[in-house]
Amino acid sequence: MRTIIFRFTAPYLTALMVLFSIFVLLRGHNEPGGGFIGGLIAASALAIYGIACGVVAVRRSLHFHPMSISAAGLFLAVVAGLLSLPVGSQFMTGLWVFPTVFGTELALSTPLIFDIGVYLVVVGSISSIALALEERESD
Amino acid sequence: MKTEAMVEAALAPSDYLVVAPVVVCLVFGAILLMIRKRIDWHPFLAIPGFFLVLAADVLLLLKVAAEGPQTMMMGGWKAPFGIAFTVDMLGALFVTASGFVAFAAAIYASVSISRTERRYGFFPFLFLMMAGVSGAFLTGDVFNLYVWFEVLLIGSFGLLILGSEHEQLDGATKYCFLNLVATTLFLITTGYLYGLFGTLNMADIAEKAGGFENDGALLTIVVLFLVAFSAKAAAFPLNFWLPASYHTPRFVVSALFAGLLTKVGVYALIRIVLMLFPPQHAELAPLIAWVAALTMLVGAFGALAQSDLRRLLNYFVVAGIGTIFAGLALVGGEGTPGAASLASAAAAATPDVVASAAAPLLPAAGNLVVGLSGAVFYALHSIVVMTALYLAAGTAARIAGSSSLRDMGGLWRGKPALAALMLVFLFAVSGLPPFSGFWPKVVLVRGAFQAGLPWLGAVILFTGFLMTVASARIFALAFWRNAPEPAVAGVPGGSFDPQGEASPALSMAPLLILAAFVVAAGVMPQWLVTLTDIAARGVVDPAAYLGSVFGGAS
Repeated sequence: MRTIIFRFTAPYLTALMVLFSIFVLLRGHNEPGGGFIGGLIAASALAIYGIACGVVAVRRSLHFHPMSISAAGLFLAVVAGLLSLPVGSQFMTGLWVFPTVFGTELALSTPLIFDIGVYLVVVGSISSIALALEERESD
Repeated sequence: MKTEAMVEAALAPSDYLVVAPVVVCLVFGAILLMIRKRIDWHPFLAIPGFFLVLAADVLLLLKVAAEGPQTMMMGGWKAPFGIAFTVDMLGALFVTASGFVAFAAAIYASVSISRTERRYGFFPFLFLMMAGVSGAFLTGDVFNLYVWFEVLLIGSFGLLILGSEHEQLDGATKYCFLNLVATTLFLITTGYLYGLFGTLNMADIAEKAGGFENDGALLTIVVLFLVAFSAKAAAFPLNFWLPASYHTPRFVVSALFAGLLTKVGVYALIRIVLMLFPPQHAELAPLIAWVAALTMLVGAFGALAQSDLRRLLNYFVVAGIGTIFAGLALVGGEGTPGAASLASAAAAATPDVVASAAAPLLPAAGNLVVGLSGAVFYALHSIVVMTALYLAAGTAARIAGSSSLRDMGGLWRGKPALAALMLVFLFAVSGLPPFSGFWPKVVLVRGAFQAGLPWLGAVILFTGFLMTVASARIFALAFWRNAPEPAVAGVPGGSFDPQGEASPALSMAPLLILAAFVVAAGVMPQWLVTLTDIAARGVVDPAAYLGSVFGGAS
């Protein structure tokens, strides 16, 4: 699989797919998309990068171990649920704020934080499995 | 429109206790996973973490005892639509017992689990499994219960294969396959249930099931649930996976599995079959009685046949499950006052906590309350004692260098404190006074006679006798007799790796903590009987549970 064409295009492809996965993640609340699908797209992007340029390159570019990313996502998701504690509503109640940044109204919410957590859990766990499998192949 | 579907009333922080055990487990699991390279920190984070879990459990138990069942609706959506976490006395007792043994096991694990295994994620998996166990005890939604089963299964898979030894993978394969079959059956049945009722909220189902006409379909669902949860709990025809897998992981992992995982199956059975579908349960009670009797006998005879300490304990777990099931089979017969009166006659009365247990009941439900109260008491006792026995066995095997009864010996002379503790646990598991196994058996045997099932009472007593014999074998062979000639270096027991087990001195602390409960529940059973009685009444007459879900905000 390590043809020069593939190795040349894979980083661009990966970058595009990760960007697209973030787009899917952010549009997910009211439209198709969300953390799970976004995470799958990002994980497959990393898998492509791994097939083209090797597992070591992926691990270096991720900086954190995939399992740590997963754990951070889990932590973020729980924290998103706990944010309803200070306002005195039920666990995991959706809280929304609409700040205006540069003339655009942004919809920020705890479901978004939760979704980012899901995204990280999926990216971390799937790419951890995928990288392990790719590593095994090269042995 | 939104306001009608959502819970509006403000919550006090103490209401968050309902989800606290799960949240704390997940937070600590995530943090430990993030710092998994710094394995020296793990015990120092994990032990306070499990202490926090236990503290949350105890506070929740106190809150439920004071205020009745508590509900929290996830995301604030109202009952049939949102996912409910509802905790009544039954759930609170189970979750407290599980937090208690997890705390003890975490202390034991911090000295017994090697650095490599910590790096592979022992403590994160432990927290994940405890999140699943706690969630299963706290949730009020059938599908959510399934999800927590999955969570605890994933955690347990990780713990089971921690050493990556051949034998562990063999045991894990059997364990995983049969548990996945049972879980799939659970999921399919949940699908049928949803098709029939259009809701999976337990309180909603309990309300709707009363006026339901399609009796055949309902009975089918209940039988399927019974099969799925019996497989989880390792009841007789479906018990073979347990002795085939529980002796392969580390002792501390075996201890938690034996203490907790089968009891989650028992809990789900009580919650779904007994609370939601009482008429169908009454129809199936003779079947449950037979399952109970055969499970007890298989467990007791199996224990007699084993020569490896841990395999023997595996069969003790099975026998204990049979004893619990016996309590779930007691319906019919003449109604009698609840178990509280029995205990107050039997023990030094402390009547100041009894107040709320005195609600009048339908006469026909009396036997079930007695049986259920005994079953819950026995389950709590079994959670603690089985964990303690496996931990003590781990220490004993570490000292003796083997877990085979043929090669052990002389521990009485070398380690009198350990031997004394082991004797306490063996007495308790056999149901001998003055320890925690005695009173639930008294309640169950008496309940069996009152319910017109004297043969079942006889089986409980006979099983107790057989387990006493098996316990005597353990104590005579491993502790009393002089140490046999040192065995050949290959370690005949095979499943034992002396590297991974606790250094004896530090591993005594968790045993002492667990023994404190065993003695306390044996000498002063009144407080516990009061609580289990409330739990049993709450299951037989779930009005308070329903009120907590539907009435008012929380």
